[in-house]
Amino acid sequence: MPAPIRLRELIRTIRTARTQAEEREMIQKESAAIRSSFREEDNTYRCRNVAKLLYMHMLGYPAHFGQLECLKLIASQKFTDKRIGYLGAMLLLDERQDVHLLMTNCIKNDLNHSTQYVQGLALCTLGCMGSSEMCRDLAGEVEKLLKTSNSYLRKKAALCAVHVIRKVPELMEMFLPATKNLLSEKNHGVLHTSVVLLTEMCERSPDMLSHFRKNEKLVPQLVRILKNLIMSGYSPEHDVSGISDPFLQVRILRLLRILGKGDDDSSEAMNDILAQVATNTETSKNVGNAILYETVLTIMDIKSESGLRVLAINILGRFLLNNDKNIRYVALTSLLKTVQTDHNAVQRHRSTIVDCLKDLDVSIKRRAMELSFALVNGNNIRGMMKELLYFLDSCDPEFKADCASGIFLAAEKYAPSKRWHIDTIMRVLTTAGSYVRDDCVPNLIQLITNSVEMHAYTVQRLYKALLDDISQQPFVQVSSWCIGEYGDLLVSGQCEEEDPIQVTEDEVLDVLEGLLASNLSSPVTRGYALTAVMKLSTRLSSVNRIKKVVSIYGSSIDVELQQRAVEYNALFKKYDHMRCALLERMPIMEKAAANGPTETVQTNGEAEPAGLEPKHPPTIIQPANQANDLLDLLGGNDVVPVISTAPAMKPASAGGELLDLLGGLSLSAPTPAPPIPMSQPPFLLDGLSSQPLFNDIATGIPPMTAYNKNGLKIDFTFERSNTNPNIAIITIHAANSTEAEMTNFVFQAAVPKTFQLQLLSPSSSIIPALNQGPVTQVIKVLNPQKQQLRMRIKLTYNHKGSPVQDLAEVNNFPPQSWQ
Amino acid sequence: MRFMLLFSRQGKLRLQKWYTAAAERDRKKMVRELMQVVLARKPKMCSFLEWRDLKIVYKRYASLYFCCAVEEQDNELVTLEVIHRFVELLDKYFGSVCELDIIFNFEKAYFILDEFLMGGEIQDTSKKSVLKAIEQADLLQEVAMIQSVVLSLGQ
Repeated sequence: MPAPIRLRELIRTIRTARTQAEEREMIQKESAAIRSSFREEDNTYRCRNVAKLLYMHMLGYPAHFGQLECLKLIASQKFTDKRIGYLGAMLLLDERQDVHLLMTNCIKNDLNHSTQYVQGLALCTLGCMGSSEMCRDLAGEVEKLLKTSNSYLRKKAALCAVHVIRKVPELMEMFLPATKNLLSEKNHGVLHTSVVLLTEMCERSPDMLSHFRKNEKLVPQLVRILKNLIMSGYSPEHDVSGISDPFLQVRILRLLRILGKGDDDSSEAMNDILAQVATNTETSKNVGNAILYETVLTIMDIKSESGLRVLAINILGRFLLNNDKNIRYVALTSLLKTVQTDHNAVQRHRSTIVDCLKDLDVSIKRRAMELSFALVNGNNIRGMMKELLYFLDSCDPEFKADCASGIFLAAEKYAPSKRWHIDTIMRVLTTAGSYVRDDCVPNLIQLITNSVEMHAYTVQRLYKALLDDISQQPFVQVSSWCIGEYGDLLVSGQCEEEDPIQVTEDEVLDVLEGLLASNLSSPVTRGYALTAVMKLSTRLSSVNRIKKVVSIYGSSIDVELQQRAVEYNALFKKYDHMRCALLERMPIMEKAAANGPTETVQTNGEAEPAGLEPKHPPTIIQPANQANDLLDLLGGNDVVPVISTAPAMKPASAGGELLDLLGGLSLSAPTPAPPIPMSQPPFLLDGLSSQPLFNDIATGIPPMTAYNKNGLKIDFTFERSNTNPNIAIITIHAANSTEAEMTNFVFQAAVPKTFQLQLLSPSSSIIPALNQGPVTQVIKVLNPQKQQLRMRIKLTYNHKGSPVQDLAEVNNFPPQSWQ
Repeated sequence: MRFMLLFSRQGKLRLQKWYTAAAERDRKKMVRELMQVVLARKPKMCSFLEWRDLKIVYKRYASLYFCCAVEEQDNELVTLEVIHRFVELLDKYFGSVCELDIIFNFEKAYFILDEFLMGGEIQDTSKKSVLKAIEQADLLQEVAMIQSVVLSLGQ
């Protein structure tokens, strides 16, 4: 049998293969030759064959038939055989293989071999891939070698011990005695591996950790070694770019971190050396920065004094300005970890962090974004938001969802004004509108509803943006809802905040019809649009056109749309007298968590009338959601001519509101109001009329004058909250009949203990002269015990240059306001 | 360190060292996936990326990518230095190392790696020390071979 070809020959041959198929053929041929050679038990060429097999294995071809041959090579006396045999074992014989354990005896023998290089091979194999059983069997041998004076073997034994401990943690104790003098070695190899061993032990066992802290006094030893490294002169053997043994330095720093964590004494003992390393390390090359990075990590983790912490954060700040992107990346990661604990220090580097948003690297951008959100606060919100919105514009799609959510959260927490908040949200919707989460739509609608003075501005801006782009669904949904709700403001051109645009009714309806017809609109969006069109029937005068649109969709293929259209049609035909009431303006909705007076919310989302509204995913603002859904159709509680007043039938609970009313239909609660006569068709709408929809309406409670002195007249008008009948919503109207305006007007009120008061922000703090425009402010009073309402008010303002202050009691509340 | 891979720009594996146990099939899958991710990176991007639950540190030297997977608490900048040290060792040993050296002498590349790292940790921080050990081991191999030739000739 001719001698098997040499390894290099095989490699050369395989590389000439031009196709995958050709290569496979060559490999198969050689595999067969190797297999038959193995069968012949040829000792001479076994080594060569296994080497070739390993090459083929690296190319991805099967090599399992070589496993036993590796074992034979390991058992051989020839060093060459052993070298290849152990290599093969490490590549082919990991612990999952059945024959893995057969190595144990060979390794044991080789651990005691006379040649240190053979011992080294055995230690290396054991230390890289020994299984737990093997480690258990051979731990004693490793421990012996850990105590030898041969530094070559000692360093390898230490790392082998690390592996043994990782595999069999219970054996840790056994290596403890051998660690006693490890750190007094001069040899850097032994020092380094010893530090690794000590680190492993301290990380795994708190007992070991305290033992090393107290009994062995590890910290002073390490500090000494580190100091020597830094202070000592040039040592060519361990030098890397002018720094002495950076690998050892980093390892020591890491061990110090573990020793110092949570321990005051240890932390104090290492303060000086950490400061020294932090200030003296050369930062021109990566090596120096690697050491600084480890130092920063250590400083942040131990109980360091504040000066040191600031030093650490400043190092990170300098890293951020480094040209090397790796360093910037590492800095951002670390800052993210420390931003919670050292917030102020990190704030100082805010502008640099924000600049990183413009970096080219994806990982850096992501970290910069996360860090930016963590740094947003009330003071920097405007500036930060500008940067973040710019980032949202230009970032990759994978970021947009997270960025949009983050912006919404930040805006909600720190918005300096309602207009700014709405502007910001609109900007997000128009730039990243398809990436926002679904629950943003009801959130935003609730926010818009609550900003009463911004309605005209909002609808105008949304309308303008809608003209440009109708593809982003969440944005379109919000816009169509607003247009439906505030379309009259749009057409009448009432905008205060910016120049009003001229929009005709037809144009508005064109846009909505366009949405209905467009392929870009999702079914949910179409639902919104149709409802918006319907609402406009009470706000605009083009009723006929709206009737036409609604009737067209009565035969739509989309079942949801069809049902709506049919029901709206019915509204036009049979219940036209109810239409105004049902489609009235939406009241201010309250969020469950936000306002004090509201009681716990009933989350009966499933009670939604089927098919009437888009199915929103449940969110924390359940009541607003449901209010949104049903009130959308059933209207708010402004002046309603048709339905007369009546006290609430249902028990005082928020949330369910109209849903409860609907649910209570079957109970046929008695009502003082004359029932509106009608038949009993199956539509849900009709059922509503048999019961009063609204608790108390503005016309029910008479207004009163609370204060009238020195030209300042304050009137109170009342409403009851739709969500909670115990809440009275008082709107104060402050009018100034003098010739000079009153500036810095502040209205304060106090109520008896059984009441709760909430003061919303006033429309303005300047009351113009000569009764030109009253200042309004909303007060909400919760009166669960139905006691007589009394209020003490305090007024402060500036009039004709001098400050005026007055106190007054208000006792003449009409009984209906608090009963 | 969990594992180290060396591969070419064309996606050919030149060296793989695993410091954790994993099934062969899983290893192949991981290698394939990781190669794809790393080869897709543009030159201006940083050397670190997150992949599964590990941090990947990679650096390109000529036509070869050196790729290490390290754990959460490991220092990425130092890992770059470890990679560089390994390249220096190869360079010193082969004399201006290039990819072909590693292809044709892959077993020697493994020997050097195993003298430098064990279980993912550095054995010796002195370049001289590591190279000397390899040299001696090579010598031992030579001597053993000569001895066996002499023996066989004598028969």
